[in-house]
Amino acid sequence: MSDITLRTEGLSKRWGAFHANSDVSLTFKPGARHALIGPNGAGKTTFINLLTGSFLPSSGKVYLGGEDITTLPQHERVHRGMTRTFQLNTLFAGMTVLESVALAISERRGLQSVWYKTVANHPDVIAEAMELLATLKLTDQANSITRSMAYGKQRLVEIALALATRPRILLLDEPAAGIPSAESKELFEVLAHLPRDVTVLFIEHDMGLVFRFADRITVMVGGKVLTEGTPEEIAADPRVKEVYLGEAEHA
Amino acid sequence: MSAMTDIVSPNASQPVSIAKTAMTPTPASRTHLNLPNDRWKPMEIAFWLLPVIAYFAFPGYLVLISQIMIIGLFALSLDLILGYAGIVSLGHAAFFGLGAYTAGLLAVHGWGEPVSGLLAAAVVAGVFGFIVSFLVVRGQDLTRLMVTLGICLMLHEAANKASWLTGGVDGLSGMMVGNLFGVFEFDLNGTVAFWYSFAVLFVLFVVLRRMVKSPFGLSLIGIREGVRRMPSLGVNVNRRLIAIFTVSATIAGIAGALLAQTTQFVGLDSLGFPRSAELLIMLVLGGTGRLYGALVGAAVFMVAQDYISGLNPAYWQFYIGLLLVFIVLFARGGILGGLEKLAAGFKSKKEAV
Amino acid sequence: MLANFAGVLFDGIAYGSLLFLISVGLSVTMGMMNFINLAHGAFAMLGGYVSVTVLSALGVPFLASLPLAFIASALVGLVLERLLYRRLYKASHLDQVLFSIGLTFMSVAAATYFFGPTQQPVTLPEWLRGQVHVLGLDVGAYRLFLIGVVVLVTVALGLLIERTRFGAQIRASVDNQTASAGLGINVSLVFSLTFALGSGLAGLGGGLGIDVLGLDPTFPIKYMVYFLLVVAVGGAGTIKGPLLAAIILGVFDVAGKYYVPEIGAFVIYALMVVLLILFPAGLIRRKA
Repeated sequence: MSDITLRTEGLSKRWGAFHANSDVSLTFKPGARHALIGPNGAGKTTFINLLTGSFLPSSGKVYLGGEDITTLPQHERVHRGMTRTFQLNTLFAGMTVLESVALAISERRGLQSVWYKTVANHPDVIAEAMELLATLKLTDQANSITRSMAYGKQRLVEIALALATRPRILLLDEPAAGIPSAESKELFEVLAHLPRDVTVLFIEHDMGLVFRFADRITVMVGGKVLTEGTPEEIAADPRVKEVYLGEAEHA
Repeated sequence: MSAMTDIVSPNASQPVSIAKTAMTPTPASRTHLNLPNDRWKPMEIAFWLLPVIAYFAFPGYLVLISQIMIIGLFALSLDLILGYAGIVSLGHAAFFGLGAYTAGLLAVHGWGEPVSGLLAAAVVAGVFGFIVSFLVVRGQDLTRLMVTLGICLMLHEAANKASWLTGGVDGLSGMMVGNLFGVFEFDLNGTVAFWYSFAVLFVLFVVLRRMVKSPFGLSLIGIREGVRRMPSLGVNVNRRLIAIFTVSATIAGIAGALLAQTTQFVGLDSLGFPRSAELLIMLVLGGTGRLYGALVGAAVFMVAQDYISGLNPAYWQFYIGLLLVFIVLFARGGILGGLEKLAAGFKSKKEAV
Repeated sequence: MLANFAGVLFDGIAYGSLLFLISVGLSVTMGMMNFINLAHGAFAMLGGYVSVTVLSALGVPFLASLPLAFIASALVGLVLERLLYRRLYKASHLDQVLFSIGLTFMSVAAATYFFGPTQQPVTLPEWLRGQVHVLGLDVGAYRLFLIGVVVLVTVALGLLIERTRFGAQIRASVDNQTASAGLGINVSLVFSLTFALGSGLAGLGGGLGIDVLGLDPTFPIKYMVYFLLVVAVGGAGTIKGPLLAAIILGVFDVAGKYYVPEIGAFVIYALMVVLLILFPAGLIRRKA
C-alpha cells in the first residue's frame, strides 16, 4: 500500500496584500487524528483549500506520499484518496439523500461510463449507500430531498458524501458546526470508528471535541503556524491561551 | 403512488425494494427507496400510444404531427444540456441546422439514402458539438450564453453568405430523398415521413431515457444541483459536460436531418436565433429535466402556434412573450411541474383522509 | 486609401460610441445585480420611437427630443424594475434569460402593432447634415455630433460615479451588496435608480442613433448580441471595459463591412467568440 503521508512545504497564499497563508510547513502521518485550531481568519480553511486544490498556492508545495500534487486538479486528488468536507453545507439541494450518496459511491466505483444501466440496477451500490446512511442514523431520511432537511441533518449528509468516497485522508472543515452538541458527539463517534490507517485532519472550534479526539494539534494564527504538539502540550502553552482566551479574560 | 406523478417525474417514483439480506436491518419491511429505475409507468406507455392513435384520428394532419415529433426530438436534445446539466444555451439551432444542411446537401448532390444521410448528419453535428463543447465548459453563464449565441450566429451568417452552397435566404431545394430502406417512398400525404420520424424519435428516446437514469445521468443532475461539490467526489466536471454536450449536439443534428428529409427543403431559419429561442421556450413550457417535458412543450407550443399564428403573427409573439414572463414568475416548473404539484396535492389530501 | 481608412475608423468610432452609450447601463446593472437582461435593447428602441413620435407628431426640435427619449425610457425602466425585475435578482440566470426574452418578444410585438413593421424614416436637422472639416478630414457632421454627445455623457457619468455620493453608493453596491446594505446604503433604491439611469441612457442612444442603427420593431433582437457582446467582452460592472469593447466592435464591424462585405457580420461574431475565449472574465477585470 502506498505511503499516504501528507506534507506541505512553505505553502503560502496571497490575495494582493493579504497573506492568507504564509510559509506553512506541516506533515500529517498516516492514521493521524490531527486538529487544526485557531481564531477566525487564521487561514485554516484556506489551508484546506490549498491541500485539496480548490485554489493554487502562491508559493510552496504539497506532497502526498512522495508525489508532488501541488498543481493536481481537485478530482485527481480525490482519486488519490484525499477528500474534504465544507464549512458550509455544499450539497445537492434538489436530490434525495440516497441519490446523493449513491452518486458519490457510483463515482468512486467508476460507473460513470455505464450509461445503459439505471441506478436502481446496481444493488451493490444501493446496499453500500444504505449501510453508510445507517452508520450516520440517516436511514429514515433516505428519500428526503436535501433542501427540505434540517441543517443539522444536512450536515450529516455533508459527512456522508465524504465518507462515501472511502478516503484515506479526510479533511473536515468544522464538521460539528450547526449540529446540536448531543448529535455532534455521535458524529465524532462515527469518525472515531474510521479505520485506523485513515488520516483525519479537522478544523474545529469546539475544544471539548478537539481534546477528546485529536492526538496532535496545530495552532494557526494570522496565516502562520504558531505551534504544534500533543493536546497536553497545547493546553499548557501560554501563547495558545493568550491567542484564544486573551480577549475573553479582558472582557 | 398516483400514476400522474409517475409520468411527470420519471426519476423519482416507482419504489425499488431491496433484498433484505443485503442490508443492515431496516425499521420496517415496507421501506422503499426512490431511485432512477427502468420501469415503464402506465402513463408513459399511454403517452407513446398517442402518436399511433393520432395517425388514425387525424389523417389530414400527419405533416404537422411529424414536425411536432421532430421538434420534440430537438427539444429533448436541449433538455439534456439544460434540464439535466444546467447549461444555458441560446444557440442550439446551430447543430440542428448543421444536421439539416448535411442531410440536405447530400440529397441534393446525389446521395439520397435517408438513413445514411441521417447518420452523416449525426456525425457532422456531433463532431462540431464536441469542438464547441470545449468553449462552452469554460466561463460563467453569461460567457457561455454569448459563446453559444455567437457560434449560432456565425453559422447563420456563413450559410447566408455561402448561398452558392446553401441557397442562402431562398433555402436549399432540389433534394432528392430516396426511398426509406429502398422500399418506402416519401409520399405527399406524409405517411412514410410520419412513421420514419416516430421510429427515430422513439428509439432515441428509449436510449436517452436509460442514459439519464444511469449513474452518468445522475452525475449530470449532480452538476446541475451542486457543481461545487462534484470535484470533491472525484468528478472531472468539464469532461462530463463535454460528453453530454456532444451527445446533445448529435441528437439535435439528427432532428435537423429528419426535418430536411421529410420536408425535402432546408431553410436558413433552421440556423436562426428565433429557432433557438423558441426551442428554449418550448422546453420551459413543458418543464425542464424530465425528458417528457420537452415533448409536451413542443407539442403544446406548435399546436398553439399553428392555430394562433394563423390569426395574427404579432399576437402570437406578444402572447408567447407574456406566457414566458408568466411562467418564470409564477409557474417555473412548466406544464409538467404544475401537474406534479397538483398530483402531490391530491396525494396529500388522500393521505389526510 | 489612407483617407478611406481614417473615414472607416471615424465611422467605426461613432458606431462604437453609440453602442457604448446604449450598453453602459447594461454593464452597470449586470455587474450590480448579476442579472442577464436580454431586453435591454427594448429600452433603446423605446427611446427611438419616442424620439420619432415627438419629432413628427409634435414638431419638437431634434435636440429637445433626446432628453425626452431619455426620460421616457428611464421612467419605463424604473417601473419595470420595481414591478418585475427585482423579483428575479435571486433567480437563476436561465430564468432571467427567459424572462427578458419574454419581455423582448412583447416589446417587439407592441412596436409592430403601434408603428408597423417597417423602418422609421428620420430626417436630421439642417445643422447636422453634411460634412465638417476636422483635422484635415471631411467627416459627417452627424457622426461628429454623436461622438461629442457620447463623450459628454461618458465624462458626466464618470464624474457621477467617481465624485458623487450616489456614485459611491453605486460602486459599493457593485462591489458587495451585503456589505453596502450593512453600511446603511439603501441598496434597493440604488438598484432602481441605476436601472432607470441605464435604461434612460439606452433610450437616449436609441433616439440619437436612428440614422446609424435604424429603427424597426426587430431592433432589440437585431442588436441584442451587440449589447451583450460589449458587456461580456468589456466586463460587466465597469465603464472603461465596455467603452473599449464597444469601440473595438464598432471599428471592426464597419471595417469588416467595408473591406470584406462578402463576409459581413461573420467577422463580428467570430471576433466575439475569440475574445470571449481569451478573456472569459472581460477585457478589463474588475478589482476583486
